[in-house]
Amino acid sequence: MSGGMNLTLRIWRQDGPSDRGHLKTYEVSDISPDMSFLEMLDVLNEQLNAKGEEPIAFDSDCREGICGMCGLMISGDAHGPEKTTTCQLHMRSFKNGETITIEPWRADAFPVIKDLVVNRSAFDRIIQAGGFISVNTGSAPEANAAPVPKPKADRAFQAAECIGCGACVAACPNAAGMLFMGAKITHLGELPQGQPERWMRVVKMVAQHDAEGFGGCTNTGACTVACPKGIPQDVISTLNKDLRYAMTHHGG
Amino acid sequence: MAVTGLFFVFYVLLHMYGNLKVLAGPEAFDGYAHHLRTFGEPMLPYEGLLWIIRVLLVLSLIGHAYSAFTLWSRAGSARRTKYAALKTASSSKTMRWGGVFLLLFLTWHLIHFTIVKPAVNSGVASDTIHSSPYAMVVASFQLWWMVIFYVLALAALGLHLSHGVFSAQQTLGWTQTAAGYRRAKAIGHLVAGLVTIGFAIPPLSILFGLVK
Amino acid sequence: MTELIHGMYAEGAPVVDTKAPAGPIDKKWTKRKFEASLVNPANRRKLSVIIVGTGLAGGAAAATLGEAGYHVKSFCYQDSPRRAHSIAAQGGINAAKNYKEDGDSTYRLFYDTVKGGDYRARETNVYRLAEVSANIIDQCVAQGVPFAREYGGLLDNRSFGGVQVSRTFYARGQTGQQLLIGAYQALERQVSAGTVEQFVRHEMLELIIEDGRARGIVARDLVTGEIETHLADAVVLASGGYGNVFFLSTNAMGSNVTASWRAHRKGAYFGNPCYTQIHPTCIPVSGDHQSKLTLMSESLRNDGRIWVPKRREDCDKDPRQIPEADRDYYLERIYPAFGNLVPRDIASRQAKNVCDEGRGVGPMVGDFRRGVYLDFSEAIERLGKAAVEAKYGNLFDMYARITGENPYEVPMRIYPAVHYTMGGLWVDYDLQSSIPGLFVTGEANFSDHGANRLGASALMQGLADGYFVLPNTIRDYLAKGPFPKIDAHAPSVMAARASVEERTARLLAVNGQRSVDSFHKELGHIMWEYCGMERTETGLLKAIDLIRGLRAEFWRNVKVLGSADTLNQSLEKAGRVADFLELGELMCIDALHRAESCGGHFRAESQTEDGEALRHDDQFLYVAAWEFGAGTPDPNQPGDSMGAPVLHKEDLVYEAIELKQRSYK
Ligand SMILES: Cc1cc2nc3c(=O)[nH]c(=O)nc-3n(C[C@H](O)[C@H](O)[C@H](O)COP(=O)(O)OP(=O)(O)OC[C@H]3O[C@@H](n4cnc5c(N)ncnc54)[C@H](O)[C@@H]3O)c2cc1C
Ligand code: HEM
Ligand code: HEM
Ligand code: SF4
Ligand code: F3S
Ligand code: FES
Repeated sequence: MSGGMNLTLRIWRQDGPSDRGHLKTYEVSDISPDMSFLEMLDVLNEQLNAKGEEPIAFDSDCREGICGMCGLMISGDAHGPEKTTTCQLHMRSFKNGETITIEPWRADAFPVIKDLVVNRSAFDRIIQAGGFISVNTGSAPEANAAPVPKPKADRAFQAAECIGCGACVAACPNAAGMLFMGAKITHLGELPQGQPERWMRVVKMVAQHDAEGFGGCTNTGACTVACPKGIPQDVISTLNKDLRYAMTHHGG
Repeated sequence: MAVTGLFFVFYVLLHMYGNLKVLAGPEAFDGYAHHLRTFGEPMLPYEGLLWIIRVLLVLSLIGHAYSAFTLWSRAGSARRTKYAALKTASSSKTMRWGGVFLLLFLTWHLIHFTIVKPAVNSGVASDTIHSSPYAMVVASFQLWWMVIFYVLALAALGLHLSHGVFSAQQTLGWTQTAAGYRRAKAIGHLVAGLVTIGFAIPPLSILFGLVK
Repeated sequence: MTELIHGMYAEGAPVVDTKAPAGPIDKKWTKRKFEASLVNPANRRKLSVIIVGTGLAGGAAAATLGEAGYHVKSFCYQDSPRRAHSIAAQGGINAAKNYKEDGDSTYRLFYDTVKGGDYRARETNVYRLAEVSANIIDQCVAQGVPFAREYGGLLDNRSFGGVQVSRTFYARGQTGQQLLIGAYQALERQVSAGTVEQFVRHEMLELIIEDGRARGIVARDLVTGEIETHLADAVVLASGGYGNVFFLSTNAMGSNVTASWRAHRKGAYFGNPCYTQIHPTCIPVSGDHQSKLTLMSESLRNDGRIWVPKRREDCDKDPRQIPEADRDYYLERIYPAFGNLVPRDIASRQAKNVCDEGRGVGPMVGDFRRGVYLDFSEAIERLGKAAVEAKYGNLFDMYARITGENPYEVPMRIYPAVHYTMGGLWVDYDLQSSIPGLFVTGEANFSDHGANRLGASALMQGLADGYFVLPNTIRDYLAKGPFPKIDAHAPSVMAARASVEERTARLLAVNGQRSVDSFHKELGHIMWEYCGMERTETGLLKAIDLIRGLRAEFWRNVKVLGSADTLNQSLEKAGRVADFLELGELMCIDALHRAESCGGHFRAESQTEDGEALRHDDQFLYVAAWEFGAGTPDPNQPGDSMGAPVLHKEDLVYEAIELKQRSYK
């Protein structure tokens, strides 16, 4: 194929949670600029398989940028140089001859399972702590009973776009999960349906976040830069404000 | 963190205003120093306000530094395996190391102007220094290396504040819209610029002989 | 059982009872709910349900049954329930709310769905779907799903392919995501309440049947490789569709048929396996490295106009240089009433036709250009760029990212791609399969869409099943329980476990030359070529032959590295592809036996003079429910122990709707 790219890949290989892991170098050639980053890894894996070397484990499912399953640290950028998910990153964003370092998300709250695959269950546990509206099936009022002003609906929507990929944690110098959590607090907090549990929710979620071993936020903003969905940093502000209000008015 | 930080900001602005009085000459500056000490008398004792501020400053410093180091160590244990390809062009490093530098500066600064008041400039008698803050300041900043040190400290302060002032607003939840966010960033840069330049004017004016 | 037909399959006894209650269609569901036995709240804790799948169908069911107090075990193969494939749905969800006062009603939604399905869906189930649709929206809004709203703060609607009313609720281009997050949060709430136990990165690999009832599953922990047994009083499969049998589809990489296929092998009938939906608005293939296809929401057809050049010579020209007079807006030309909004099957087939005529656009793929234009220049002129951006911005961005072209400037190129499978495990009115205690919901069952699904109705079905239907019908079944406790060492359990272990070991032991993906690609190619948009008898016979050969080679020559006791993604894929290789054959047999065209199933031999699908209601007005035909195991070709399947016909009865030849002209 003409116009194919040759690349040097330094990829993190780790047999399992207890293995120490190391970077290993691979060469790939004839990569089409129209390939997605993960398709490039597919090609490499096919080659490894043919050579008898176990393919590199990495997560992906939808490959459409919406499930949040994929996520790699690509030469120091979470999800690579573009503002998108790893699966939606295309090779045309790289130069022929480039060396690319590929690592898993690094955070103690996201332990590595194998190679580039990490365990993000901590996010599920944060949601379990309060990231929901308690309404049993069948007990819902008529949908149009509570109108939502458009600006609030829009802000709730923007926050609700979070795909739970964990890039914010991966990019944060403190490995904090604040953008993820702020997105949920904001999504539910902007809606009338989210009000009854608003103060309890923030306190419980933050407590779980801290218990999971994420770092504290110092408003660095690297999370927002890395977030493929452009969740703005102001959701963290909302979280902080809600938390302060909850602590002062509701005794925590 | 935000509260102590903002208290610093408040103090620093006040202090900067005071320092600018150097430009208005010895009477104004020394008068101001005196006024600071007698403010509120007789309700407050001599140096009453000053001591209130001092106590608050010290408490804030302890609180501020304590939170800073806690956050720092929490961040350390939240990511024990580091990235091989590092790309953290983030304010977090400047904040931490800048903060440490500020701590060192403050230590010297207090020795320099409040606690010991050493006569660093051998051209000026130590008596004069102890009796007139104006003389003390002018004497110090006739030394180029002293000015450089202060200017470096101010640069560090500027960096610290350009993120810190924004950060504090974010922490306090004053930035819940895109516009609010931009405003907070702008205020951060504004305050930082103001403070750095405002503080830098007296020493530079002295060095270049505009103020004697 | 009658003799083998075509030598491919045998015919068994018809299905006579679908368990729908008697009475007028609009009273059936109320009646069923009332007649279903109740379970005392105190007893519910003692009753356990396994739910495989955390998409809309599974997630909603797990949350609802958890709320009711049953002990639920929920499984998914992803690392979090929130990532189930439902998350990818873009366009919207239908509901008969009639907020627009444009003549919508339960009956009209019911009617549109049956007609859209080309009269191959079961009336009773579809009516119920339309009936509960409005409740879904209430439920989701209460959970905090941020549907699009108007400036007055009330919910907005849009119209979607194949219908003339605006009944589609949407959340920009991320409706599935928002609905799934709602269900996921409800599910997590139950996890923290202790009613639901959540098993992520677990794959169901076998069904456990004891005493004629589905009583559990064998699952592999994908992280540790451990084979686990999970037992319960009932099992629900909500494991999604099997479009990935085509290798390239709009489905997620991990979407598979394994859960359904394992149940099928154990006796669950498979309904209408050949009914596949090919979606007209996908981004065309760019090369053979492609791992999946990306759908662009059908909502684009509301404002975009589809065309190709009238003359072949113009096909490689810059589309902006082609004057209006030389463009063929073929859908608007052939179907003036519906224009670009004709149902999916029609839009897809017409796109294929114009490309086959040599009038396709974009790069050459094989001998043809496989693409047609979807042009927004007129919409941009009419509404302004800002309005178009507000409505479709994220879809345009996605297109630009994938293709590197700017759709505001140059018309997009689209081509049909496999998208949805209407077929699935056969279920009765209660969503119970032919195995007692095994329920099937969502895309995994065959139930509501006939031979073609209308846009925005899969989400509706998933949530209808999960929130409202299954919790009511399974209750009736559970009321008979708790069933006798099963010993973890019971023969049925041990046998199921052993078969999983043996199969896993066998996949690793082959150690041949070809990768799993290469088999999958080849299978996909066969399926697309012969069992795709257009099917013929000769093609299908050939496909069956090819698939059998490929399956035999798979078990001789596949290469799966690594071990079974760690995360091993090749091994996971291998198991899924092995099942696809069996399913593919059944799909072809089903397509072969249905010698008519209906909905997404277009048999070239059965078309009208102007090339439209021609149904044969006299012969094929039935659901084809296939029973697995166990073959004689051949130790040399272990994967090939498939015998001829047995066809059970369930006659379709239309009482509320009159049968018509579908027309969108
Ligand atoms: C790109 C795209 C866009 C779409 N847009 C729309 C739309 O706009 N409107 C609409 O109505 N429909 C749309 N659809 C269709 C719709 O999204 C799906 O039909 C529907 O979401 C299926 O939901 P489900 O709950 O049945 O299954 P899924 O969401 O597919 O969930 C399957 C679940 O089963 C689990 N699973 C599968 N196999 C196993 C196993 N062996 N072991 C354990 N767990 C397993 C998975 O982990 C997952 O949790 C779209 C589909 C696609 C592909
Ligand atoms: C004594 C030495 C100091 C140290 C060690 C220090 C350190 C830090 C650190 C580590 C942070 C925050 C974390 C971050 O955002 O990365 C911080 C925040 C801040 N600092 Fe300092 N700092 C010091 C002095 C000062 C001074 C003198 C001022 C003001 C004049 C100041 C103002 C602020 C402000 C406003 C913040 C933001 C608070 C927030 O985010 O809530 N700091 N400091
Ligand atoms: C060029 C810059 C500066 C000059 C000329 C200056 C000058 C002075 C002088 C003259 C005093 C003694 C005042 C008095 O006792 O009345 C003083 C005290 C002090 N300065 Fe500065 N200063 C400068 C910068 C700073 C900065 C950047 C900080 C903090 C970050 C700072 C913090 C303090 C503190 C805490 C005191 C002690 C006040 C007290 O006595 O309680 N100064 N400074
Ligand atoms: S906030 Fe952004 S980066 Fe973080 S999990 Fe959500 S989508 Fe990913
Ligand atoms: S990068 Fe980290 S420090 Fe806070 S603003 Fe984002 S979580
Ligand atoms: S694979 Fe789903 S977001 Fe990338």
